[in-house]
Amino acid sequence: MDAIILQILNGLDKGGAYALIALGLTLIFGTLGVVNFAHGALFMLGAFVAVSVREVLTISTKVKDESVTFFEAFKEIPYLELWLGDTGRAIIDWSVPISILIAIPIMLVIGLVMERGLIRHFYRRAHADQILVTFGLAIVIQEIIKAIYGANPIPQPAPEMFEGTANIGALLGLGDNIVYPKWRLVYLGFAAIIIAAVFAFLQFTTFGMVVRAGMADRQTVQLLGINITKRFSIVFGLAAVVAGLAGLMYTPILSPNYHMGMDFLVLSFVVVVVGGMGSLPGAVAAGFLLGILQSFASMNEIKQIIPGIDQVIIYLVAMIVLLVRPRGLMGRKGVMED
Amino acid sequence: MHIDKFTPKSDMMMLLGFAAAVLLMPLWLQPFGAAYPDLMQRFAIFGLFAIGFNILFGQTGYLSFGHAAFIGVGSYTTVWIFKLFTLNILPAMVAGVVVSGIFALIIGFICLRRTGIYFSILTLALAQMSYNLAYSVLTPITMGETGLQVEAADPRAWDAPLAEGAVPRTNLFGIEMTDFGGLAGFYICAAFLIVGFYVALRITRSPFGSMLRGLKTNQNRMSYTGLNTRPYALAAFVISGMYAGLAGSLMAAMDPLAGAERMQWTASGEVVLMTILGGVGTLVGPFLGAVAIKYFENIFSAIDGAVLTSALDFLPDFLVSGLVPVLSLFVGKGWHLTLGLIFMLVVIFLPGGIMEGYRRIKARFSKQGEE
Repeated sequence: MDAIILQILNGLDKGGAYALIALGLTLIFGTLGVVNFAHGALFMLGAFVAVSVREVLTISTKVKDESVTFFEAFKEIPYLELWLGDTGRAIIDWSVPISILIAIPIMLVIGLVMERGLIRHFYRRAHADQILVTFGLAIVIQEIIKAIYGANPIPQPAPEMFEGTANIGALLGLGDNIVYPKWRLVYLGFAAIIIAAVFAFLQFTTFGMVVRAGMADRQTVQLLGINITKRFSIVFGLAAVVAGLAGLMYTPILSPNYHMGMDFLVLSFVVVVVGGMGSLPGAVAAGFLLGILQSFASMNEIKQIIPGIDQVIIYLVAMIVLLVRPRGLMGRKGVMED
Repeated sequence: MHIDKFTPKSDMMMLLGFAAAVLLMPLWLQPFGAAYPDLMQRFAIFGLFAIGFNILFGQTGYLSFGHAAFIGVGSYTTVWIFKLFTLNILPAMVAGVVVSGIFALIIGFICLRRTGIYFSILTLALAQMSYNLAYSVLTPITMGETGLQVEAADPRAWDAPLAEGAVPRTNLFGIEMTDFGGLAGFYICAAFLIVGFYVALRITRSPFGSMLRGLKTNQNRMSYTGLNTRPYALAAFVISGMYAGLAGSLMAAMDPLAGAERMQWTASGEVVLMTILGGVGTLVGPFLGAVAIKYFENIFSAIDGAVLTSALDFLPDFLVSGLVPVLSLFVGKGWHLTLGLIFMLVVIFLPGGIMEGYRRIKARFSKQGEE
């Protein structure tokens, strides 16, 4: 029982990342009709915003180490700590959450530039062309990051407060055996909040209403005198922000490296297809579902029965879903059927 | 849509021209510094891969993102035949092609239930799955990260046992791949390439080929005429899978080892790029694309900072010190960045690839001639 709850938590966690990427993919697909293979690169860029922010915050200087009296010793101290003392130390400690503030405008701009500069010219081209050009873009972004930050993963610590594990079992009255890393719980909550925010934005604001109307019937909305193209570009920017934040908050769980985007992208595409192309609730549900399935499949008890199942479970499920329900779990009729 | 006039005679001329160009590669590649067997073998092998890929993508319009998996299956099968039966490449290659054909049949049966983007994602997913499996559960068969290698001590049922410590070399009825300074290997690849080209030509010109192009143009209308389109698409998928398997087999025959990195999605992306760069749907294009990519990969990867500095020697010093760090992003280990940029530029500006560029230039000149 305990093991099962733990695996569900594990799965929800990874599922959160899948769901956030898949949500953005679906948004872009539903509004602009573009298949964005560079979406994983946005996830990765978000993670590297966190890396850069931490690098900037920890720019250090050499200071004489007073605690060593026998000889001249120097230690590196970040300027921030030198100037602000404990406050500075706290800022560095919280670098990952703090970088959210910086990541939002950066990702928004990257998203808008991508859409205005490149994707816009591909609305009328074949889907194959869209796939290919975004695929090329993904390679370019990935290689630039590799050239700047190197090929090795760069670990990012979570704030001290969230390091270590929390005893969830005791909190829920289920015994002492369910302990779980605190930051993963934070990530789960964060994913839930972002997903809720995106849905609320689309459901309860005028902007969201127009976007939904545009998704359903673009031409009619345009006939009403609304500049839908502009709004769709903003939606692309939003999707970039969501992907970026998903990657940023994931950094304490998985040290960012230049190919993390592609690793997640392939799975997120599977998630989108399983959820049903163009369905936002489908993308979220499938993200969590596949995350949980994957974490169950990586339990030792199950691996002993079917070796290697953890590597293939997602793909197997995707195949079965597509063979049984060709439109995915919640796919709508008429989307991507050409 | 551009329509060329084809006659059996012009096809024969094209085939002969192609064969001559391929067979004479050791001569005419000399001035480009690319006439060494290892590189020419790669030209031929990847040319074959791209020609096969084009039968699926160029003719039917199905964009597969998982063709590298067949390369892997072909290589692994071939190396296992080398290990268990004989170092003669012929049976090993037949086995490689047959097994990858069966593998393609299974994958195609699943993936071809969907079209368009769904198909691309399904093939990508299945190929990633094969790649993951090769690294994890299938390690007893694939040897995981070490890669599968041929050793002297392998129990070869059909061969006389090798002497202790002898290096196992692959051969074709006694001719080793490394004979004649590696040219033996190249000419074997070239022979397969020419046969592969001929088969692709025949397929394109056949009624079956026009069925495939019908699939690309409008699959719904094909179905409305009462035709079941799926067997045609599946046949194209299996054929192109077998080409990929043959390419993988040849790789293993030239250099008897197989590793999972050949199956990664980047390898699948590369063949798409080759086909597009050369010209989708054309016969010669994919081969040209493969040659271009492999040639520039070879050149660019070899350049490093020192080479750049000496090449830019004629410029003033302050320019050199500024340019070298920027340019070295694109060469050496940064070759993939250049590759990605080429990819984008070709898709954006020249979707028809080299062949379209050639046609445009030709059209401009012939128009000028008429005036």
